[in-house]
Parts: sequence; structure tokens; C-alpha cells
Amino acid sequence: MRLSAVSLGSLATAAATGAADHEERGAVDLFEYQAKELFAKHGVPVLPGEVATTAEQAAEIAGRLGTDVVVKAQVKTGGRGKAGGVKLATSAEEAGEKAAAILGMDIKGHTVHKVLVTEASDIADEYYFSFLLDRANRSYLAMCSADGGMEIEQLAVERPDALAKVPVDAVKGVDAAKAREIAEAGRIPAEVIDQAVDIIVKLWDVFTGEEATLVEVNPLVRTPDNKVVALDGKVTLDENADFRHKDVHDAYRDISATDPLEVRAKEKGLNYVKLDGEVGIIGNGAGLVMSTLDVVAYAGEEHGGVKPANFLDIGGGASAQVMADGLEIILSDPSVKSVFVNVFGGITSCDAVANGIVQALGMLGDKETKPLVVRLDGNNVDEGRRILADANHPLVTVVDTMDGAAERAAELAGKAS
Amino acid sequence: MAIWLNENSKVIVQGITGSEGTKHTRRMVASGTQVVGGVNPRKAGTDVDGIPVFATVAEAMQATGADVTVIFVPPAFAKDAVLEAIDARIPLAVAITEGIPIQDSAYFYAHSLGSATRIVGPNCPGLISPGKSNAGIIPADITKPGRIGLVSKSGTLTYQMMFELRDIGFSSCIGIGGDPVIGTTHIDCLQAFQDDPETDAIVMIGEIGGDAEERAAAYIEGNVTKPVVGYVAGFTAPEGKTMGHAGAIVSGSSGTAQAKKEALEKVGVRVGKTPSETARLMRELMTT
Repeated sequence: MRLSAVSLGSLATAAATGAADHEERGAVDLFEYQAKELFAKHGVPVLPGEVATTAEQAAEIAGRLGTDVVVKAQVKTGGRGKAGGVKLATSAEEAGEKAAAILGMDIKGHTVHKVLVTEASDIADEYYFSFLLDRANRSYLAMCSADGGMEIEQLAVERPDALAKVPVDAVKGVDAAKAREIAEAGRIPAEVIDQAVDIIVKLWDVFTGEEATLVEVNPLVRTPDNKVVALDGKVTLDENADFRHKDVHDAYRDISATDPLEVRAKEKGLNYVKLDGEVGIIGNGAGLVMSTLDVVAYAGEEHGGVKPANFLDIGGGASAQVMADGLEIILSDPSVKSVFVNVFGGITSCDAVANGIVQALGMLGDKETKPLVVRLDGNNVDEGRRILADANHPLVTVVDTMDGAAERAAELAGKAS
Repeated sequence: MAIWLNENSKVIVQGITGSEGTKHTRRMVASGTQVVGGVNPRKAGTDVDGIPVFATVAEAMQATGADVTVIFVPPAFAKDAVLEAIDARIPLAVAITEGIPIQDSAYFYAHSLGSATRIVGPNCPGLISPGKSNAGIIPADITKPGRIGLVSKSGTLTYQMMFELRDIGFSSCIGIGGDPVIGTTHIDCLQAFQDDPETDAIVMIGEIGGDAEERAAAYIEGNVTKPVVGYVAGFTAPEGKTMGHAGAIVSGSSGTAQAKKEALEKVGVRVGKTPSETARLMRELMTT
């Protein structure tokens, strides 16, 4: 599960659909250098460059390239240039200095751990190009403009007719004729349109071949000697397709997370997001858990403003072990004062949930002091409630309704805070 | 009547011999569904609890007159299974499978355009017309037949709402799935419920992310005269955090629960703050 903030692709998606919703479960955003590796693999022209994690490496790469270079912060967010994360260097020594300044920099909450040192290029024109999933039309969209370089979101708003949006049929795909249609719609100049067509076909190969949901090039540049090159790149891969792309998808998977509880949850395969409240939440199904966060937040307004401490979805058909793992993680969060377990069993069986609760509390023993409020309904609910009643654990309260249980959990957290 | 699924529906199960397929076939049968066959090319000629297994969807349809298929095939093979169902011209294909690559879903959805087949899902709990038929994994015993239509992205919120309003009952309940590419949308369901003489009112459940609810609101304004009650999950979700479902995220102002609530209320939809309040709004509608 990706947990980072705003997606690299949200600009493109926002421009296409009016809603910035690209970042999603199952999506893996790549760094620029990784996107460019995929571009190169499919024959899309990019400038030579390498990644460095230290100033010394950056200087060494610049020396090897033997040209003016650009040192670019590798972070999964936009606005690097404005933040000072992209610098020109005219010598190896200067490249080292620029890298030293950029490494460790914070760009919109992202710490820079790597820089891309790449050949500098003279630019005659800047274009924009992307392929993306168009959720509204349940198909793909190509977006192309001869006016690239600026933020595409701004272009889409200020001069919408300068940004061509061409639907792409998922069955027919993109051949040279379709690519030409897209390039012409984007008003790519005649002198470089053949190159652009070739690049668009290759970017389609990246999109389908690597199973991406976004491939964006901004800018796609024309050099003074009329060469078209991808100067930047953003790619988002579809995690659902990992099984077909073990090599690439595994190599680029980003398991970094800032919160240690999120890291542990990921190791256990749990869909967990740390929030900043006091009521721990476990439920089944993303919709029900989101709804549970809402109900607890409303109830918390009456109890000192306590809020949900996390999102945790144990998914469909969860076993007692999954439930126990989830509970153990939530109970180890020091900010949690009470826990609300909210399960409506569809495939998930309430007896498995109850057994998971008893198992986790048994493991933790006397040192556990946080109260649990449990609401169970649906599949095998009677057996689930019986197991909890038999265990008769002093920390566990069973409440019949979701609203009632949320109220109780908020009250308990309010008292403890 | 109900929508797309009724007591006359003849259901086949693709992937009937797998553990999930077998388990849910039994549950569908137990809730009164006419499950007339299964499909598995390697086990054709065998049976599951007396239900015959065929090699292909086309053979199963020919032998049984099936008009609904429920697909439990693993993600790697789901695309071919859905394409086979479309090419066999089955009217309704319910894809339960979770984790299908987006390009596969986009491909079979594109292939279904102009075909005889409606796809529900993927990554969905399916649909149920209580007391008549159950195509998917929705628990049948938590509600009863009635005259409310229910459409939701989320499976468990579907169950929650069915349960909250179990005394009033439902014509059909449909979980459309939370994937980026789905075969049947909120709008498709609103249209079908509007046209269904056995449905008097509609509950629509949405969640943060995307703009499906806003588009549904625009559709309701021009096309739906039956009363609609809405619920949107994720009012208190912090910006920029993914909450599990594809699309369940807020980035910036668009796609928030508040924006969706406002869009729905503007066209006369009453929107509850919680599932229980939403149920209460519907209860008021149905009992006055």
C-alpha cells in the first residue's frame, strides 16, 4: 500500500478528469531516474545520466559525462525546481557542490536521498506528453501539448485548448497512425513530428509493456538541432500486475514508510495507516473502516475531541491470526487509549475475529490495559459473541450497534486522555 | 423484477471447482439461487454437489439456458474468463475476483462495449435480489425482500445498510466494486432502479476519491424521479492518505466527502453523516 502524500501523477489526472485522484492502492510511483530507465529500455530518447547518493559520486559521474550537467533531486513530488532541487553545474567539482546542497534537502516533506546527475541540454521548445488511465471513461487518455514546461494543471485551466486530450481504445491501442493523430492534436511542429510520433509509440510500449497507469513526460524537449528528448519522466506502475513483471515491479517497489508502525504493518501485509488520534480502529472492508473513522470522530466531539488513531482494514475472509496481528500493532501504539473493533462479517467470520481478539489479549497478558470495544454483525455473529462472552476478558466490551460502540470507544479514550 | 437478477435467473459459476468458487456456490444455492452449472475446462464432465461442470461458458449456456455468470477465477486468468463470457453473449457477468491488473479490466471493459454483456465488478461482492437470487458473495440472511434499491462501491457498507434496513427490505442490492475500471457504475444502477417497478426508493453509498458521486448527482438531477438517500464514507479522512480502495483518497479539494455531499444535496438527495443516520433518512421516507 502506498502511503505517500500527493501523487506525481495527480497533475495529469487532475487535468484529465478534474479530480486529483491518481494516487491509489496498488499504484507504485517511480522516481524520475527509474522512469527514465524504463524509457531507455523501450527506446525513448533520454540524456545520459546516473544516480548518486553522495556528493563524491555526483562529482565522479559529472566528470565521466564530461559535459555541463544538471543535478536533480530524486523525490516523488512536484515542484523540485522551485524548491531549489534542480541545479546546473559546469564542472565536476561544481556538480559535487550542488549535490551536497541538494542531498538531505526537504522538498514538501520528502527528504532527498538521491540525485540524478545528467547531461545538460540546450532547449529550443518544451512539449508535454502523457498516457494515463481515465477513470471517468474507463479507458485511456493521451494528453499532448506543444506548450509544455509549465505546470500542466495550470495549462489545463488557463489554456485548455492548448492541451489535446485524445481517448485511446484499450483494445486497439496506439500505432503510428494513432500517435500521429495525437501529436497533430497537440500541435507538435511539423519539423519534429516524425520523431514525436516514434516517441509516442515507444511511450505506449512503456505504458502497456510495463503495465503503468501513468506515463508522463514534461518536458519533452526539442533541442536547437531538432532532436526530441524526454527531459523528465513520471511513471506509475499497477501493483495488481506485479505477478507478470516480477523483475521490474519488484525492483522498483518502495516499501519505505516514515512511521515505524506502518513499516511493521506492511511486514505483516496489513492495510494500516497511522493517523493522529487516540481511538485505535480495526474493521473489515475499506468502506466500512473509513465510515468507522467518521463515526468515531463525530462521537469524539463529545468526549474531549478524541479522534481515530489509525485506519486498519483486515480485508475479506480474515483469519484469527490476521486479527491478532492487527490488534497487536494497534495496542503497541502509545497514542492509542481505546480500541474499536468494527466487523460486519460477509466472508469474514465473526468467530475468527473473536478468536483473534482472545488470542492477541492472551499473548499480551496482564501488561495490556487498553479497553477494547467490539461490535460484530453478520457471518457467524452468534458464535463470535459467544466466544467473547466465554472469554469474559475484563478489557473487552461488546456493543450491539456501530454508533453505540463508537460512542463507548470515544468515551473510554476521552477518560484516559 | 428487481434489477438484472430475479427468481428466474440461471446462474453459472466460472471457477466453481476452486475453494472460493465451491464455498460461495454453496452459499448461493442455500439462499435460493438457481445455480445451474459451473465452468472449468480441465474438470468438464464432473460435478460440484450435483451441479454439472462444463468446459466453456458457451457449452454451459447451451446446456442450461444460463443467463448470469459469477466469476471466481484468479487474477492471472480473470481477463480470459471475462472475455469468454462476453464472447458467449451472456447477459450478466459478475466478476468477484480481487486484484485484476487494470489493463486487463480496461481491455475486457472495452471489449464489452456494444456487446450483449453487462459486467458487474471486478473486485466486488456482486448483487442480490433478496428472496429471489444471489450472484456473488453478499450474505443473504441479513436482510429481506422489499422495495429499496441499494448501490455501493464498498462491500461491507452494502452489508451494513442491508442490515440496518432489514425490516423494510430491498428489491436489489449491488456492490459495484472499488477498482478504477468497473463494468457497472452508480449511474447504471440508478437508471435501472429508476426503471424498475419493484423499487420505490434508492440508497446510494459512495466514498472519497474520484468524481463518480458528482457525476451520479448530475444524472439524478436530470433522470431520477424516485427519492434517493445518499451516504459518503471518508468525511474525516486526512488529505493525501490512501485508505485502501483504489480511488479512496483525497488530494486537494476535489473528491472530498464534503464536496460529494454538497453535489448530492444540491440535486435533492438527502445525505446521512453515518450509515445509521442514512438508514434513518430512508426509514422516514419509506414509512411516511
